[in-house]
Amino acid sequence: MITLSHYIVLGAVLFCIAVAGLFINRKNVIVLLMSIELMLLAVNMNFVAFSRFLGDVSGQVFVFFILTVAAAEAAIGLAILVLLFRNRSTINIADIDSMKG
Amino acid sequence: MNPQLLQLICFYAFSFVTVAAALSVITLKNTVHAVLALVLTFFSAACLFLALALIVVYVGAVMVLFLFVVMMLDIDQEKMREGFVKFLPVGLIVAAAMLAEMLGLIGVRAMHAQVMGANPSAVAGLSNTAWLGQALYTKFLLPFEIAALILTVGVVAAVALTLRQRGDARYESASQQVKVNPRDRVRIVKMAAERPVDESPAPPQEPKP
Repeated sequence: MITLSHYIVLGAVLFCIAVAGLFINRKNVIVLLMSIELMLLAVNMNFVAFSRFLGDVSGQVFVFFILTVAAAEAAIGLAILVLLFRNRSTINIADIDSMKG
Repeated sequence: MNPQLLQLICFYAFSFVTVAAALSVITLKNTVHAVLALVLTFFSAACLFLALALIVVYVGAVMVLFLFVVMMLDIDQEKMREGFVKFLPVGLIVAAAMLAEMLGLIGVRAMHAQVMGANPSAVAGLSNTAWLGQALYTKFLLPFEIAALILTVGVVAAVALTLRQRGDARYESASQQVKVNPRDRVRIVKMAAERPVDESPAPPQEPKP
């Protein structure tokens, strides 16, 4: 019998994998963006599981909005990435330090 | 076979594939392979929830965008892997700590307490899509329109960011071509007519002996 906790645990595992990905792939912007997508997937899974559990439609509607925002974010992020590569010929985060942050 | 047992087996199978693919996303050396692993992650997650929307939006649109960009950029794969081993323990420790905290919060003991109820859309006598669509177009109409606006802004921003005018490339400007005045191109000069001068040279005279 599938319970609510099955889905939440799966979401938590995915989220933690994404966090580990952010830590260990610190040079590659593309993998960082993909880790963010994984995080959004984990959050979506929680939303849908709770929506199903509580019988409330709002959770699943919100998943659609998150998908929208994720798609827009990926498009703009990749556009910035292309621009960065065109100007600097690298996407290595260690080389992008002109703002001295 | 008991349908609930079958459901559970399917859940474990798909979630295993999802987690394994997610792990390979963050560990694979080649970025193209990582993107393909992410496609597999979303595909198997789509088996768990929101089937078609996830496939269409993520696998169909976002992942193809990622693949395009990854293949367009010429990336030094070896350089990108620097620091992988160095940050591996930190990442693992942070992830493990977060996972332990989350699992403690969820409560593994309470794992079997919250059984999923009946499907709420089936209770309402609708298919899940109809149930979702009715809420989306009535109660959430304004957020829905705003989401459309966000997508439009995203498209415009992406195009505006990547559009460039190269100095060494030659373009046709259609508006300038339409606006051109014939008088700017051809100048007709009035001249008095001239009588043609007989320019044919006189025949050389025979030298007299």
